[in-house]
Amino acid sequence: MRMGAGTFHPATTLRALGPEPWNAAFVQPCRRPTDGRYGENPNRLQHYYQYQVALKPSPPDLQELYLKSLEVIGIDPLKHDIRFVEDDWESPTLGAWGLGWEVWCDGMEVTQFTYFQQMGGYDCKPVAGELTYGLERLAMYIQGVDNVYDLAFNRPSDGASSVSYGEVFLENEIQMSTWNFEVADTDALFDLFRKAVKECENCLAAKLPLPAYEQAIEASHIFNLLQARGVISVQERASYMGQVRDLARGSCEAYMARNADRWAEKFPGWAP
Amino acid sequence: MNNQAEQGGGNPSSADGAAAQDFLLELRCEEIPARMQKGARSELEKLFRKQMEAAGVSLGQITTWSTPRRLALIARGLPTQTSSTCKETKGPRTSAPPQALDGFLRKTGLTQDQLEERGGIYYAVVKQPGMAIKDVLASAIPAIVRSFSWPKSMRWGAGSISTESLKWVRPLSGIVAIIGQDLVECDVDGIISSYATKGHRFHSPGNITIGGADDYAEKLRACHVIVDHSERETIIRSGAAKAAADAGMDLVQDEGLVIENAGLTEWPVPLLGRFEEDFLEVPPEVIQLTARINQKYFVCENAGALADAFICTANIEAADGGAAIIDGNRKVLAARLSDARFFWDVDRKKNLAQHAAGLERITFHEKLGSVADKARRVAKLAEWLANEGIVADCDPALARQAAELCKADLVTEMVGEFPELQGLMGGYYARAEGLGDAVADAIRDHYKPAGQGDEVPAAPVTIAISLADKLDTLIGFFVINERPTGSRDPFALRRAALGVLEILHRNQLRFSLSHAIEAGLAGFSPDLILDQAPDPELKDGQQHTGAKAVFTNLPNFFADRLKVQQREAGVRHDLIDAIFALGGEGDLVRLLARVNALQGFMDTQDGANLLAGYKRAANILKKEDWPSSSKTEEAALQTLDYTPEPAEKLLIEALATAQPKAVAAIDAEDFGAAMAALASLRAPIDAFFDEVTVNDDEENKRAARLGLLAQFRAAVQNAADFSKIEG
Repeated sequence: MRMGAGTFHPATTLRALGPEPWNAAFVQPCRRPTDGRYGENPNRLQHYYQYQVALKPSPPDLQELYLKSLEVIGIDPLKHDIRFVEDDWESPTLGAWGLGWEVWCDGMEVTQFTYFQQMGGYDCKPVAGELTYGLERLAMYIQGVDNVYDLAFNRPSDGASSVSYGEVFLENEIQMSTWNFEVADTDALFDLFRKAVKECENCLAAKLPLPAYEQAIEASHIFNLLQARGVISVQERASYMGQVRDLARGSCEAYMARNADRWAEKFPGWAP
Repeated sequence: MNNQAEQGGGNPSSADGAAAQDFLLELRCEEIPARMQKGARSELEKLFRKQMEAAGVSLGQITTWSTPRRLALIARGLPTQTSSTCKETKGPRTSAPPQALDGFLRKTGLTQDQLEERGGIYYAVVKQPGMAIKDVLASAIPAIVRSFSWPKSMRWGAGSISTESLKWVRPLSGIVAIIGQDLVECDVDGIISSYATKGHRFHSPGNITIGGADDYAEKLRACHVIVDHSERETIIRSGAAKAAADAGMDLVQDEGLVIENAGLTEWPVPLLGRFEEDFLEVPPEVIQLTARINQKYFVCENAGALADAFICTANIEAADGGAAIIDGNRKVLAARLSDARFFWDVDRKKNLAQHAAGLERITFHEKLGSVADKARRVAKLAEWLANEGIVADCDPALARQAAELCKADLVTEMVGEFPELQGLMGGYYARAEGLGDAVADAIRDHYKPAGQGDEVPAAPVTIAISLADKLDTLIGFFVINERPTGSRDPFALRRAALGVLEILHRNQLRFSLSHAIEAGLAGFSPDLILDQAPDPELKDGQQHTGAKAVFTNLPNFFADRLKVQQREAGVRHDLIDAIFALGGEGDLVRLLARVNALQGFMDTQDGANLLAGYKRAANILKKEDWPSSSKTEEAALQTLDYTPEPAEKLLIEALATAQPKAVAAIDAEDFGAAMAALASLRAPIDAFFDEVTVNDDEENKRAARLGLLAQFRAAVQNAADFSKIEG
C-alpha cells in the first residue's frame, strides 16, 4: 500500500478503534510526492521509512520504553540531549487528533510521540500511544552522517564495503521526483481517484471495512500525486480532501459496526 | 448566601496553640508544554485558594513552581485544624406559597423544622464542625486535579476505556502531598499520593523520598532538578550571556526564549556553537528567526552585527562537556539555514515588480479584490497624500512606486516560510535590486506601527504608504460594513485606526478625514460603493449607500479609538466627546489640540465655575423651552428698552468682548487663547446669577435676560459642547 505515513496503516488507524488491546510495531515505507527534491536535498525525500509502533491502551511507562529503545540503538541520553517538545497531531482527513510531542535529539526531530484522542470522529476508548520513528534521521545520527545518501544501508559480516543509501535510492528519488512532478498522466490519476472512491463505496455497501479502507488510503495517495502535479486548484482542494475524509470516516464507521457485537460481548457496557 | 465563622479568630496557629504546618503538593506528569506552565502555576494556586477558602482555612504565603515534568505548590503556615463554620442561606418568606418552601427544602436538603425563622423569613443554617487539615487537603487535592483547566487536555492508559476517566495536559503519573511531615493520603483515579518523586529523567532516574516542604527543592536539586522556574530562567539568562562573553561576543537578549527554554529543561545548560560564516549573507533577521522559532536558540552579536554563533540550552550535564550536543545542533541549524539561503537566492532571481504580478492571485477580501487591487489603491492614495502636501517633502512618484511594490514580498518563498518577515524582506529585496533607500525603507516599514510601543514611521515616503495602506483597509471594510463588534475584530481595524492616529500625531499631519475618505473611495469600484449590504445598525428608512455611511461611521470609529488611545495619556473621554460633538472637526490633530486646551481649562477653577454657569444657563433655557438659535440671534440684536442692572450690564459687555475674541482665537487655532476668552466670562456669569432675577415679572426683561443667557450658552458652545462634559 502506498501511503504518506505509518499512521494511515490499518494496523494503526483501524486498530486504534474499539476496546480491544492492540500492540504492533512495523516498518512503514512512506511516500510524500510533494517532498521530492530530485535527490538534491540532504534529508528531504519523497520516499522514506518510518518505524511505526502502536500500543493500546497506552502503557503507563510508554516514555520509559521509548527512551530505552533509543539507548538500545545506540543513543546515549547522557551524551545527547533528548527532549519532548510540544507537538499536537491532527488529521482532518482521518477525523483524528491527539496530544504529544516531537522528540528532539540534539535539536533534531527524530520521533513523533502521540496519544490518540479521536480517530474517524470516534473517541479513542481506550487511548492508544503511537511512536513514529524517522529511520533515516536516526540512522544519520548513529552513523554520524550529514547526508542521507551517505548512509550505509547494510553492514556486511565479511568485512566487504557496505552499500550506501544513495546506491539503493538516489536514482529512485530522481526518477520518482520527475514522475511525480512532471510526467504522471493526470487524466489517468483523476480516473484512478474516481475508481478508488467508487470501489471504496462499493466495499462500504458490502459492509467490508478493511478493503474499503485500503481504497480510502489509495484515494488519499492519488490525491497527493495530483497535488504534486499541480492540477488541483485551491477551491477544488477542499472538495477532494472532503471526499477522502468521507471515505476514511465511512471505513471507520463500518469497522465499528462490523465489530460492535463482538466488542459488546467481550466488553460489557462498552459503547462507542 | 453568607459564609461566616461561628467563632472568631480562625487564625492558623490560633487558640488551640498547635503549631502551624507547611504543605507541599507536587503533581508529576509527562512533559508539560512550555507555553502552558505559567498559566498552570496560577491555576494551581487559584484552585488551592478556592478549596481552602471553602473549607475556611486561612492562608499565609503560597509559592508555586513548575518544570516540564511537575507542578509544585508550597503553602506555609496552615492551621492543624479548621474552625467550625456556619453557613446561612436565606430562604423564602414564611408567607410565601408552599411551593417556594418545598423548593427551598429540596435545595438545602433540610426539613422544615430544621429551618430557622427570623423576621418572617426562613433561613437554612448548616453548621460544619472543624476538620483536621489533613482531611481537608485529602479531599481538596482530587478536587483540584479534577477541576484543573488546561488549554488542551487528554485521556490516557487503561482507564481511558471510559471517556469519564481523568484528564490532564499529558499523563499524570504521581502526587506528593505532605503536611508538616505527614503524608496527605489521597487517590485520584488510581494515582495514590506518596512521599516519592522522581529526579532528572537521565541523571537521576530512580525514586527520591521527600520529607516535606522544607527539603523538597534541595532534594530535587541533588537529583539534577531545579524546581524553581525563576532560578532556571536566571541560569539560562546569565549562562547564555557568559557563553557569549567567553567567545568574545554579546548575547542578543530574548526574554521569551529564556522562559521557553526554562520550560523545556529541569537542569538547563546553555551551550555555544558556531555555524558556517557563509550563512551570514542571509539577512540577520532571518537567521535569528529560524534559530529562535524552529530551534529555540539564542543568537549573538559581534560589534553590533550578527555573529556566526548560536546558543542552545541542553537539559543535561553531558559527559563530554556538550561537544556531541553542540555538533548535533549545529547540523540541524545548518540544514535550516541552507533552506533559508535557498529561499534568499531563489527570491532574488525576480525583482519585486515581477513578484508583485503574483499578487493578482491572492485574495485580499472576497468583496475588496486581490492584494494587487489593494496595492493599486494604496498607490493612488499615497500619491494623493503627497500631491496634496499632506505628507510634506514626499515625492509623489516615489510614494506611488513604493506602494505598488510594498506587498510584493507576500509571494516570496521566504515570507511564505516566515510570514512574520513581511515588509522586512520586501525592504531587503528592494535594496538588493538597487532601489533607493526611501523606497526600500518605506516597503520595510509600511506595516508600522504594528502595536503599542512600536516605532512610528517618520520618513515621508514611509508615512505616505503606511497611512494610505491603513486608510484603504479601514475605508474598504467600512464600505462593506465589516466593522469590529465587541471583541471581534478579524481584520484588525482597531489596530489600523490606532496606527493612523499615531502616525498623524507623531508627524503632526493636518488634513480633513472626509477629504481623505473621498480620495480613498475613488480607488474602489463604484458598483461596490453603491451595492452594499444594509448597515445592521440602521433602520430600513435610514439606510444609505455604503459611501455615505463611511463618512459618518469611520470618523466616529476614529473618535472612539482616540478616546481609548488618549485615556492612557490621561485625556478625559468626555472632553473628546465635547469637541467631537461640534461636528465638522475632521482634522484629528487639531481635534486633539482643542481637547488638550479644553482639558487644561477644565482643570482650573475658572473652568469648573464656567461649566457650572453653563449648566445653570442651559437648564433655565431648557425649562423655558428656548433652544432656537434664531431666537438667540434676534435677542442679541435687540436694544434693551430698560436700564440693565449692573451685573446684567457687566455680562453684556463681557460677552461683547469675549465672544469675538474666542471665535478669532479658534480660527487662528490658538485654543489656549479661546479658553482664556471664555474664562473672562466666569466672574460676570457668577455675578449675574447672584444678583439678577431672570424670571422678572416684566415680560420684556425676562425675554431679554433669557436671550442674554442664550448668547452666553452659544459663545461657550462655540468652543466645545459643554453639555457633554461631566461634573
